[in-house]
Amino acid sequence: MTVTIARTLDDACAALADRPDAVVLAGGTDLMVEVNRGLRRMDDVVALDRVAELRGWDRDGDELRLGAATTCAELAGDELAPLVPALAQAARTVGSPQIRNAATIGGNLATASPAGDTLPVLAALDAVVEVRSVHGTRDVPIDGFVTGVKSNALAPGELIAAVRVPILDGPQEFLKVGTRNAMVISVASLALVVDRAGRNVRVALGSVAPVPVRAVEAEVLASDRIDWDAGAAPGPVVVDRFAGLVADAARPIDDHRGTAAYRRHAVEVLARRALRRAFTAGSGVAA
Amino acid sequence: MEVSVTVNGTVRSADVEPRTLLAHFLRDDLGLTGTNIGCDTSSCGACTVLVDGRSAKSCTLLAAQADGAEVTTIEGLAGEDGLHPMQQAFHECHALQCGYCTPGMVMAAVSLVDEYDDLDGDSVREGLEGNLCRCTGYQNIVKAVLAATE
Ligand SMILES: Cc1cc2nc3c(=O)[nH]c(=O)nc-3n(C[C@H](O)[C@H](O)[C@H](O)COP(=O)(O)OP(=O)(O)OC[C@H]3O[C@@H](n4cnc5c(N)ncnc54)[C@H](O)[C@@H]3O)c2cc1C
Ligand code: FES
Ligand code: FES
Repeated sequence: MTVTIARTLDDACAALADRPDAVVLAGGTDLMVEVNRGLRRMDDVVALDRVAELRGWDRDGDELRLGAATTCAELAGDELAPLVPALAQAARTVGSPQIRNAATIGGNLATASPAGDTLPVLAALDAVVEVRSVHGTRDVPIDGFVTGVKSNALAPGELIAAVRVPILDGPQEFLKVGTRNAMVISVASLALVVDRAGRNVRVALGSVAPVPVRAVEAEVLASDRIDWDAGAAPGPVVVDRFAGLVADAARPIDDHRGTAAYRRHAVEVLARRALRRAFTAGSGVAA
Repeated sequence: MEVSVTVNGTVRSADVEPRTLLAHFLRDDLGLTGTNIGCDTSSCGACTVLVDGRSAKSCTLLAAQADGAEVTTIEGLAGEDGLHPMQQAFHECHALQCGYCTPGMVMAAVSLVDEYDDLDGDSVREGLEGNLCRCTGYQNIVKAVLAATE
């Protein structure tokens, strides 16, 4: 076994090109757990947590570029939270403080678990994943990146360098249902973002399908029926229809954490709550 | 491979297998057995140490990833003038029974107090969500952490 502690992005890409079977290691909160449990072998490892270029973020106008090794603790922190509030809310629910200090957005994406908490937020934001290898950089839209349960669009030798998200003017919500309050994997989750300039509402669901799903019909209804000039929530009948359409978009299964029926019910409740909260005075508004 | 980590203020180097976990490096190579391993899957928090000042679960971190970092373990808390205030508070509030979770719990608590000023019972419970205790029922642990902040 070899471990390469990469210091630059070029080093990391070169190491992966040399050993296409090598596994990429970031915070280790998914990978090392599987290794310690004997579920996954690690022969060659390329560790990314010391690559400075992957650790920071920068803002370019209305776009935020998050390095792949940005941690959940950083996403939840004072600098980033005002820019993408739903991502911060999602990051805050990941694991415990120790996990959030280690867990990265790149790792959450690459793991591509249906329960990955940043995924519905990234789906609602139409995030773009920057994929890098020795051959160069390519952009993959989020809905093409997560290809199935725990599978992604990365080819051998490729890694995630960054994730780009828009900085929107409008409230955002991330809501998650789990089996308990502390350190919990989601049974159902929902991200709702409002784009005042574009006059639209975007909703994505987690843990209720193999990949994050957008509730497109619900989005159209809400975007249509919101009084954008007054910034007021639609009436109760529309909110109910919205929630029903969100539930229809879910394709949940029964598993050890919950039944399909429970999950469908849960996202309906979350949808109603998120839309109401987003249009109540005092809700988080992005910069 | 050669790994060099500043542990409790002293640079410690060892030639380790690349797969060595930080928890094993601390316990087996350096003899610092205060850091316990409860689950080795990042769930229980018994192995919590500080890496560059932040709480980390040392069971899912390679020693190689900590190369060049500063690590603080439970052995590094007490000073010349006695126990660290958090250790003293755990002692005085009877915040332990079997003691297995205690080193990790104390390290997580130290990191929590370092990060937040206005802790109350709820935020202490939330901040220690990554640390499990099978014995105490947490009541006295929360009491101790709050006592240490006074
Ligand atoms: C106790 C516990 C609680 C948890 N709770 C939650 C939770 O509530 N919500 C949640 O969503 N997750 C949770 N997780 C899972 C995990 O913490 C997250 O998925 C985390 O974001 C993974 O990031 P990492 O940096 O630790 O990834 P790693 O474990 O380092 O890597 C995970 C996978 O991604 C690949 N990878 C990492 N970075 C890159 C990159 N830049 N390019 C290409 N591939 C890459 C690795 O090869 C590996 O396959 C929990 C885990 C634990 C142990
Ligand atoms: S031994 Fe590391 S979290 Fe349990
Ligand atoms: S005192 Fe025994 S596990 Fe906490």
